Amino acid sequence: MAAGTRLRMPIFTRLCVVWLAVIVLGAVLADFVPGLQDPNHQGFLFGTSKTNDAPSWAHLLGTDNNSRDILARIVYGGRVSLVVAATAVATGTVFGMLFGCFVGYVRGKADAVVMSTVDVILAFPGLVLLLTVVTLLGRRDLVVIAAVVGFLSIPPYTRVARAQALAVSRREFVLAAEAIGTKKRTILFREVIPNCLPGCMGYALVNAAVIILLEGALAFLGLSVQPPTASWGNMVNAARVDIQINFWPVVWPSLALVFTVFSLNNVGDFIRRSRAVRSAAL
Amino acid sequence: MLPFIAKRIVRLAATLVAVSFLTFLLVNLLPGDAINALIPIDAQQDREFVEQVREEWGLNDPMLVRYARWLGDAATGDFGDSIVTSRTVSDEIFHRLPVTAELMLVTVGLSVLLAVPLGVAAAYREGTRVDQFVSGLSQVFLSIPGFVAGLFLIYVFAMKLGWLPATGWNRLSDGLLDNLKTVILPALSLALIEIAVYTRVVRSDVIGTLQETYVLSARSKGLKDRYILFRHCLRPSSLTLITVVGLNIGSLLGGTVVVEFLFAMPGLGKRLLDAIFQRDFMMVQGITVFIATVYVAVNTLVDLVYMVVDPRIRKAD
Amino acid sequence: MSGGTVGTLLEVRDLHTTFSIPAGDVRAVRGVSFDLERGRTLGIVGESGSGKTVLARSIMRLNIGTNVTTTGTATFDGRDVLSLPHAAMQDLWGPEMAMVFQDPMTALNPLVRVGRQLTEHLRHHLGVSKAEADRTAVELLREVRIPEPEARLRAYPHELSGGMRQRVCIAIALACAPSLLFADEPTTALDVTVQHQILNLLGREQADRDMAMVLVTHDLGVVAGRTDETLVMYAGTVVEQAPTRALFADMRHPYSEALLRSIPRTNRPSHTRLAAITGRPPDLIAPPAGCAFSPRCPYAQDRCHEEAPPLAPSGGDASHAFACWTPVGSPEAAESFARNVADGLPSAVAVDLASGGAS
Ligand SMILES: Nc1ncnc2c1ncn2[C@@H]1O[C@H](COP(=O)(O)OP(=O)(O)O)[C@@H](O)[C@H]1O
Ligand SMILES: [Mg+2]
Repeated sequence: MAAGTRLRMPIFTRLCVVWLAVIVLGAVLADFVPGLQDPNHQGFLFGTSKTNDAPSWAHLLGTDNNSRDILARIVYGGRVSLVVAATAVATGTVFGMLFGCFVGYVRGKADAVVMSTVDVILAFPGLVLLLTVVTLLGRRDLVVIAAVVGFLSIPPYTRVARAQALAVSRREFVLAAEAIGTKKRTILFREVIPNCLPGCMGYALVNAAVIILLEGALAFLGLSVQPPTASWGNMVNAARVDIQINFWPVVWPSLALVFTVFSLNNVGDFIRRSRAVRSAAL
Repeated sequence: MLPFIAKRIVRLAATLVAVSFLTFLLVNLLPGDAINALIPIDAQQDREFVEQVREEWGLNDPMLVRYARWLGDAATGDFGDSIVTSRTVSDEIFHRLPVTAELMLVTVGLSVLLAVPLGVAAAYREGTRVDQFVSGLSQVFLSIPGFVAGLFLIYVFAMKLGWLPATGWNRLSDGLLDNLKTVILPALSLALIEIAVYTRVVRSDVIGTLQETYVLSARSKGLKDRYILFRHCLRPSSLTLITVVGLNIGSLLGGTVVVEFLFAMPGLGKRLLDAIFQRDFMMVQGITVFIATVYVAVNTLVDLVYMVVDPRIRKAD
Repeated sequence: MSGGTVGTLLEVRDLHTTFSIPAGDVRAVRGVSFDLERGRTLGIVGESGSGKTVLARSIMRLNIGTNVTTTGTATFDGRDVLSLPHAAMQDLWGPEMAMVFQDPMTALNPLVRVGRQLTEHLRHHLGVSKAEADRTAVELLREVRIPEPEARLRAYPHELSGGMRQRVCIAIALACAPSLLFADEPTTALDVTVQHQILNLLGREQADRDMAMVLVTHDLGVVAGRTDETLVMYAGTVVEQAPTRALFADMRHPYSEALLRSIPRTNRPSHTRLAAITGRPPDLIAPPAGCAFSPRCPYAQDRCHEEAPPLAPSGGDASHAFACWTPVGSPEAAESFARNVADGLPSAVAVDLASGGAS
């Protein structure tokens, strides 16, 4: 990243990057990690492990109240968080940017219509809307959850992209392209959208953190992926009834969630700061 | 100023109609049949009876007709009845509202009370240890979801120390202290993220204000730093804070759903969750529109407060 | 007050102020010294960027930021303000020193009523009651000729015109009866028509209160007849220093002469760049080795580019000092000017053309 050359990345932020890398790699490669156990294997049915077991060599983070390996469930649970966040970011950026840049550039009626729609959708508290839509769809596998969260990410990105496009449309290169009679569509795709991209990307990391928190809350309420599929939120919810007996099954997924969100925010902040330094240096 | 308010109210009404229609659409697409909530499955053998109930609840009309009817009733303050409890939706809402309202007020109050000094201190000591500490703290707070915070607060203060009840709710009429005991942990769980968000806003805003010539001119009058910070810097910055508090009401309302669930509080959020699980569509519809109304109304109010606090805007309109 | 009504109020010696920025150290003030007697007035003149504001703020310890260092001494009423603790400064600000800022639009807090901004320091320093402070405030507003002063107390700054706002700023600065007032380009941001009124108001208050005043301006015409003494600043240094009367009678530094030539006419906007001085002010991170003005000077010789002239009096008048190897009116100046015109040096040619090509 060019930004990194201007502002040294603090050790702490590097650790955050490492953590994110571990989570992402774990989620992608979970099926191939040697020694990682089946997240849904209930050892006590076969007499191989106990429920709510303390950490040991067999189970590095112990077992949950169904005698499943917590480490494996955390690694697989990261998959849910990441897929949902990645879908949200991808859908949000692609559609949000298209809509936002389009209406921010052409203005007029399209702008009014799209932005009132966005306002209406944003008038709903995110979690309430998510609850309603997820329940409405009945099915609760990863694809559905990701699709719903992705759809709901479009309005906020539209708003961000539109703000960027409004500013970009007034820049000289756009005015110059208009003056020499370039087609509006060409300007939109060649000038406006590419110049809105960095701003939207800055928003993406922060938004990913928000989405992971939202999915966590949804899972905690039992409304994200259907158990036994692991997700950090439903692990916390399942373990909380036994918190008096065994504290750790609550702690581990909570930490995974907090570390991941923290890392996204920390890295996002760093990128924002170095962009600010760069533009100040220009 | 008056035409401005009128314009805002028209926009508010339009948004609400759109929101309610969208909710109606969503809720009516819910897979489960509302009839299941009205009549036990085994009693549904009696086709005639089922048909009669359907007619009675207007379930057979086309959706648009039902929406128009709902909207007409809603305009007169009648939001229908809960299919499950048979009480009116407005009754249910107003029965539960005090819990959620208190929870949110305490949360916002607590957060502002903590965030303002933190943000001002960080801005005043920009770049120093104090600033780094506050920024670090807010980054941590920003990463702790309400349900995680809540669980750990319950574990420590209810289970280990036994100072506060783990779940439940004491009404204000049961005595202020008992009431506070049940509101403090849920409010704290919700407050962490709010504190982080507000602190960042106050910090960056005050840093900007400190660069203003009028702050320099206040310094050149020999006023104490603390007086300058709170009298000359905070007021302009509080405008931004008010806006952010308003915009954040939406996510806070979402947060109350989770926290009321965790702490088993008889609030609106818990009721909404129950209604969703029970396919109680009138209830879902009512609460959702109510929540959206609160959100839009709060943000309209924020704009009005803005005009009161900022004399320049007050004059311009 | 310890010093009575005569004697030196402010004694500045070898003051340097530097800002460290990523590009290097900006040496905004480089070795300024002067004295100011009680109840007297000092003009500081120089084009935009010459360090006038930084000088004034350094003496008042009002530079903002952690990247600024000031060295030298500024002895105010027997105390070196540059080494005073912050708390002691806060006791000086208001009752001892006050400042009127350039732009009255930004110097008043838009969200605080005029009344509070007028009385807050009064009450803080003098411990008077609100009612009494309000009475004093009305008096002050009346003094600075603001109509309906009682009503104005309840106004917000944006409800007043620019001139009225500057009058309020002056009233604020005068409120605690300071013995020294800095007025940093108090009229630059104002309409030409009100500039004179504000300057006259300042002069009247200064005389009535027997208060010392430092009047900062980029316009030599402003100090003429209004100050006892004048400092001409260029690139952070003093290039000429004299009683104002003596300065106008016999201007010695080529930069002062250039400034005089560029006094704005009333029909011209006041803050335009000084058209008559060709070239641009020097880089303060790496100032030129010789005289800082030499690259733009019509009388410059080789020596000027290599060796910085000291600020020193010459001839009979000990109070008139200037820093120049080729002072205006000297034979050296005439000689190098003729050579520079012949060489086609832009600064010399421009002056030559403006004076009708006499040579
Ligand atoms: N905070 C600062 N950081 C860096 N440079 C500064 C700062 N303040 C002033 N300067 C520089 O100091 C020089 C003198 O500025 P100033 O005193 O404002 O000029 P004047 O008031 O004579 O117009 C300018 O070159 C300016 O860029
Ligand atoms: Mg200045």
